[in-house]
Amino acid sequence: MELVFALVIGALTASGVYLLLRARTFPVVVGLTLLSYGVNLFLFASGRLATGQQPILGSSASYADPLPQALVLTAIVIGFAMTAFVVVLSLRNLADNQDDHVDGNRKQDEDSEEAKQ
Amino acid sequence: MNHWLTAPVLIPLLGGILQTFMGYAPIALRRTLALATTVLLVATSLVLLTMADDGSYRAYAFGNWQPPFGIVLVLDRLAAFMLVMTSVLALLAHIFSLGGADEGNRQFHTLFLFQLMGLNIAFLTGDLFNLFVAFEVLLIASYGLLMHGGGTVRTVPGLHYVVLNLVGSSLFLISVGMIYSVTGTLNMADLAVKVPQVTGENALLVKAGGMMLLVVFALKAAVLPLCFWLPKAYASATAPVAALFAIMTKVGIYAIIRVYFLVFGDDAGELANLGMDWLFPLALITLAMGVMGALGADNLKSLTAWQVIISVGTLLAPIALGSAESLSAALFYMLSTTWIVAGLFLVADLVASQRGSAGDRIITAPMMRHRTFLSVLFMIGAVAAAGLPPFSGFFGKLLILMSVEPGPQMAWLWGTILVGGFLTLVAYSRAGSIVFWRTVDGHVETARPLKGTTAVAAGAMIALTVVIVAMAGPINRYTEDTAAQILDTSAYIDILQTPMVGEDD
Repeated sequence: MELVFALVIGALTASGVYLLLRARTFPVVVGLTLLSYGVNLFLFASGRLATGQQPILGSSASYADPLPQALVLTAIVIGFAMTAFVVVLSLRNLADNQDDHVDGNRKQDEDSEEAKQ
Repeated sequence: MNHWLTAPVLIPLLGGILQTFMGYAPIALRRTLALATTVLLVATSLVLLTMADDGSYRAYAFGNWQPPFGIVLVLDRLAAFMLVMTSVLALLAHIFSLGGADEGNRQFHTLFLFQLMGLNIAFLTGDLFNLFVAFEVLLIASYGLLMHGGGTVRTVPGLHYVVLNLVGSSLFLISVGMIYSVTGTLNMADLAVKVPQVTGENALLVKAGGMMLLVVFALKAAVLPLCFWLPKAYASATAPVAALFAIMTKVGIYAIIRVYFLVFGDDAGELANLGMDWLFPLALITLAMGVMGALGADNLKSLTAWQVIISVGTLLAPIALGSAESLSAALFYMLSTTWIVAGLFLVADLVASQRGSAGDRIITAPMMRHRTFLSVLFMIGAVAAAGLPPFSGFFGKLLILMSVEPGPQMAWLWGTILVGGFLTLVAYSRAGSIVFWRTVDGHVETARPLKGTTAVAAGAMIALTVVIVAMAGPINRYTEDTAAQILDTSAYIDILQTPMVGEDD
């Protein structure tokens, strides 16, 4: 289970980072989402992986740590809000610049610089 | 248990909620209530400052959960210092915004107050995960504030700012997870107990987590490889927002002081002084980078934004050295530079309002109205920022220079700060002489006279540098006590023994 879990976190994070480095806002937003999935799973694993255990001390030989679950819940809520915001911001960028490049409208800038020269 | 500690969080929270529901109320009513909230906040933080000045730690445990199991708010001299610095700056920026900057968006005051709430939680919290939550609260408010003001110029810098900070939040969570997986706690006092006991492979894990945490704080503080988001974002923000943002980089610096002196301090065994040998050279390079940016700035706002980066470098270099004297000097300089930079942002906006289409760009333009008033404000701000006598920047830099012990570090620090200060002065002289002196014939058509509120707010913000000089003795005494308190980590750990309120009484 540990190996599969680690591979999933690694794959999500690697894809997230790759997409983050793209030049269009849509892949960047998807990359942020994948990265936050990877981070949430990572945070969940920081309480150690256990199946069928109770999150209460003393009720069984070992226990499932409840704190990381609470942390993940908080992180999910915050991440969701932030993703919604960044989606709106990307749409605003597309509307303002007629282009979804992360640096705004590159073509227009180059044209205007050429026009100056 | 001291219930006063919740006031800096509750006041802006309640004020902000009130503003949320009265978006369509008359603007005069909204302004009065919003300003009353900020005034109340200043009063509260001054009360907390006098309380904290006795040198003891006060803790407030939410839900009466004994730390380390619940979340605690902790008030000490450092937290009170940051609270006062923030609330005074916020009050003046808020007054400035009443001059018209708060129009156009019904939720400006809401966002402004929620941002203050996030800042105050960050300064008061004694829990690493709660610090993350505080960062998110202040960031999401700052996203809204950064976009405030309409137009399309802010979209791209805003997008960069948001994406970078989301990546920073992810890194924060990863490092929190790494630290928790080894120590089993996120309470800062408990971490200060547990981290020195960590050995072997586990120590490497905590070390990796700690270094990633430093990257996150360095992103917030805009240290060199992570500072390029700042100038564009700050230069495009509306003036009162940019002034309030002067405090945002200081949150990163505060977090570095809090976490790295308490958890990874001298007593942290294998992990003692984690990352500090990296921070010193990075801080100096940041300073140099900021100076270069200031020399190349083509408008007053981006000149001021680069000044933010210069002050981050100047602040982190003595903090990385970590002696009581250098820490105290850094805190003194932090107070001075934060208020001056905020003042310069406000002055730049006033200048822009008087120059028609030339705006705040550093180009020749027809003579502006209120030239004497504005140029005097700019000159005082520039002299204080560059670190010349008689204003507070000089004393801050002098204290920093005097705090270093002789050695190669002293040579590097003295060299960088002095040469950097000189070149900053060149940048300000160039900007000031072009904007205020080299005028061309003609007149600006669109210039409207300055409004009283904005002029008073900007003037007061700049005048704070004189106040700091006048009160340099008490302030210096306070920062010295603060530095001593930060370095004595054993007292902080005692908050774990805070007696809870009994169920009987």
